[in-house]
Amino acid sequence: MDMETLLAYDWGIMAPEFTIVIIATLLSLLDLFLPHSFHRKWLSVFAGVGILVAFVFTLSQLGQEADMILYDTYRLDLFATSFKLLLLIGAGLVLGLSASYHRKREQGEFYYLLLTALLGAMMMASSADLITLFVGLELLSISSYILAGIDKQSLKSNESAMKYVINGGMATAITLFGFSYLYGLTGSTQLTTISEILPSLIRTPAQGLLIMAFIMTFVGLAFKISTVPFHMWTPDVYEGAPIPVTAFLSVVSKAAGFIILLRVFLTLFGTLEGLRLNETFMQSMALWIGVLAALTMILGNILALRQHNMKRLFAYSSVAHAGYLLVPVVALSTLTLENIWFYLLVYMFMTVGGLAIIYVLYEKHGTLDLEMFSGLYKRSPALAILMTIFILSLAGIPGTAGFIGKLNIILGALSTDPAPIVLVSIMIAATVLSYVFYFGILVQIYFRSNPFQVTIKVPIVMKTTLWICAIAIIGLGILPNLALDFYHHYVDLINVTEMLWMRG
Amino acid sequence: MGWLTLLVFSPIVGIVLLLLVPSTQAKLQKRIAVICSILPLIMSIIVYQQFHSGADLSIRVPWISFGQYPFSFFVEYELGVSGFSLVLLLLTAVLMIVSMVTATMQIKKGWKQYALLTLLLEIGILGVFASQNLILFFIFFELTLVPMFLLIGKWGGMEKERAAYSYLLYNGIGSAILLIVIIVLFANVGSTNYEAIANASLSTELSMGLLISLLIAFGVKLPIVPLHTWMVRVHVQAPPALVMIHAGVLLKIGAYGLMQFGIGFFPASFQDIAPVVAILGLVNLLYGACIAFVQKELRSLFAYSSISHMGIVLLGIAAMNEAGLQGAMFQTISHGLIAALVFFLIGVVKEKTETTYITRLGGLSRTMPLTAGVLLAVGLASLGLPGMSGFVSEFMTFLGIFESMPVIAAIGTIGIILTAAYILRAVMDITFGKEVLAQQGIADLQGKEWIPVSIMLGLILLIGVFPTSLTHSIQTSVEAIVLRIGG
Repeated sequence: MDMETLLAYDWGIMAPEFTIVIIATLLSLLDLFLPHSFHRKWLSVFAGVGILVAFVFTLSQLGQEADMILYDTYRLDLFATSFKLLLLIGAGLVLGLSASYHRKREQGEFYYLLLTALLGAMMMASSADLITLFVGLELLSISSYILAGIDKQSLKSNESAMKYVINGGMATAITLFGFSYLYGLTGSTQLTTISEILPSLIRTPAQGLLIMAFIMTFVGLAFKISTVPFHMWTPDVYEGAPIPVTAFLSVVSKAAGFIILLRVFLTLFGTLEGLRLNETFMQSMALWIGVLAALTMILGNILALRQHNMKRLFAYSSVAHAGYLLVPVVALSTLTLENIWFYLLVYMFMTVGGLAIIYVLYEKHGTLDLEMFSGLYKRSPALAILMTIFILSLAGIPGTAGFIGKLNIILGALSTDPAPIVLVSIMIAATVLSYVFYFGILVQIYFRSNPFQVTIKVPIVMKTTLWICAIAIIGLGILPNLALDFYHHYVDLINVTEMLWMRG
Repeated sequence: MGWLTLLVFSPIVGIVLLLLVPSTQAKLQKRIAVICSILPLIMSIIVYQQFHSGADLSIRVPWISFGQYPFSFFVEYELGVSGFSLVLLLLTAVLMIVSMVTATMQIKKGWKQYALLTLLLEIGILGVFASQNLILFFIFFELTLVPMFLLIGKWGGMEKERAAYSYLLYNGIGSAILLIVIIVLFANVGSTNYEAIANASLSTELSMGLLISLLIAFGVKLPIVPLHTWMVRVHVQAPPALVMIHAGVLLKIGAYGLMQFGIGFFPASFQDIAPVVAILGLVNLLYGACIAFVQKELRSLFAYSSISHMGIVLLGIAAMNEAGLQGAMFQTISHGLIAALVFFLIGVVKEKTETTYITRLGGLSRTMPLTAGVLLAVGLASLGLPGMSGFVSEFMTFLGIFESMPVIAAIGTIGIILTAAYILRAVMDITFGKEVLAQQGIADLQGKEWIPVSIMLGLILLIGVFPTSLTHSIQTSVEAIVLRIGG
């Protein structure tokens, strides 16, 4: 590749990514050369500015024609832009959550690791090639492994990082194994080329290998989105990692998992002819993904019933939400992308909000037990009401954005075909089941009393993050079209069929 | 904006004002809460006036859109009233004032929060009766869930949390089923507007499946035996001021839903399962009455009495004719007033004598003659004494059911006899039973307590003596439904 070709590319496509790279590099250098007396919490301001600039760049890319650079391995389309916005919002919220309680003044690596992980996720959103995709995935994973163990003195944090590396390594290996089948079958890593060759493999002996590739890739990716059968790491890693990292894993990392899932599966298998006549390959596989989704929702919510540790409870709740998010993948319709996009957006606000309050209370009481909430209403009515909003949204009670998200998913699932009614019923039953532990938190907040009548002071950045989350949840719960119209306006070009850009 | 929007959201005024008052000024808070609870009544009277002067009250504003053209789904913000829902709105507003007055006397701790949650609950109930769109209906319906959970769990009796959870789970499952029905209709019809769904043509199997699901969903709310255990628990555990609203209007959402959606959307399928509904009604009527007969405690007695009376509503609906439906609607309203008054009296008795056991209340007519007198009056209304509201509703219901299902009607009349038996047993034991209450120091009905009593007793008598005051309004709803059954 000579200089001319390099310069001929429209590098503007990667403006958001470049911003993140530059800021991350800058932060690591600053961290290295700044004197010890400089409190590293100020690095968060740089990181915040970087995310904001990248967000503005991404916004400006909305409505652009789809384009590919670097020998068709990096693609900017509305799918990529719309999901990158989510990733940036999620990372911004996590940053707001983390900045308040930075005590070790010389430890600044959290901020640039957060940015590199974010960069990995953004690359995944834009990749049009299995290699690029895998590099993005690894960048995200490796950064997250270090993040999980960033609290070097804490035994639990170390344990969490170790578990995460081992489990994550296995899952990545399986994903890669699946990719290798795809490469072996088609001789290419470029998604366009693969999708052109795949139809010729259907109803040939190679079909079995294709199914293997599908299952391997799916199972490997199930790790990132923490669905059954690769959900076991979630509670352990979430419990050990510092709370901002927990928030990052359950928000940005999960979103990235869904992005890669949609990118690979919809482009490769979305319109590919299925095993039986008159169905697509995704539809042939829908039963299996459906079973996994159902198991994820049921197991996530049942296991959450018995948790007293708030981080573990949120971990299982995050597993259950991954199950809800799989429903649109099973029941593919014109609403699928909108379903997942909107639900991920809502999920970010409610999860970060909930974890932020847990963080505040953890800093106050030094415990993560459910009883940290006891008598919260007496101690701090504002925090109690904010937590109520987050909990009600997680439980999917009307008036909150969580309800609209679920409604959207269910409507999407039933809009074209009545068959997913079973899965939808399981989803609704699982939601009712989840009332038990979500309302258990409300019971603590409102009905129990706490012997320690201490007032709780919330740092200003944290307070802002909390209010942003709460206002977004109520706002989107009452006027969901604030976000949906934005999506419809810019992203109206993509729906499931048009997402398959490679097939002309 | 429209009057209906103002009506539905009028409790917000109270919420905002209460939030502004510091929690130390209890007296001011109580005054504000009571005065603000009058606002919805004023609004609903305006709506009543407008409705009867023929004004078009319905509002329709685009609200949510899912998906993109040509696969889009729209939800509109739609409010409107029919004759029946209009009366239910009025009932809600009246009972809310009465309950708020009662609460000022009986709720001691955390008064401000109690009032805030009740006002929030009121928005939910008013919204349920005023919506003309299923999604909107569902949102308001669920809006009642959280305040009720907190109200029961915080201000209830000994087993309050258990009652709150059982309320939450039963109703959660009920609304989950309702949500599935709503979304299946949405996906099939493309709209959740009541009229659009009523006019859509659905396959027979689908209608039947949806109707049965609706029957279960609203059966939890009404409640239909065997889905009633949560309701007994709530009646016994929740504070009486809250039970007044709960038994008075909240349970009536079940009856409203069955009539508005069950018959309104699937008239043909409802005709097919009408015998089943009638038998369920019969079971409710007789089972409730029999169990009520052996209760030793007033609150559970009247909880089972409610179940029994809801059986009459089911019978009226199952009759599928003008008289039956009129009776069912009448019974819904009449029982709302009676149940609220009964639980007000139970609250007063419990406050002053600290017991609700029938055997320990003997000689009440000596110590609290006025309370005992009103209790006797409302007991008589409940068993259907002519001149009171209970008589009119039972008379019309049985008129209807005799016309379409004479055998079931004949068995049903046993229920009326049983009702008389258990009510009279309880009231007689209390008023004329062995005197066990200490005679001194127990104050009778006095001062503010007369406000709820006179309002509710007045309305019970008014409806009993001039049934046309009610039929005047509900007739339009009855005719609309009858037209759908006939067509």
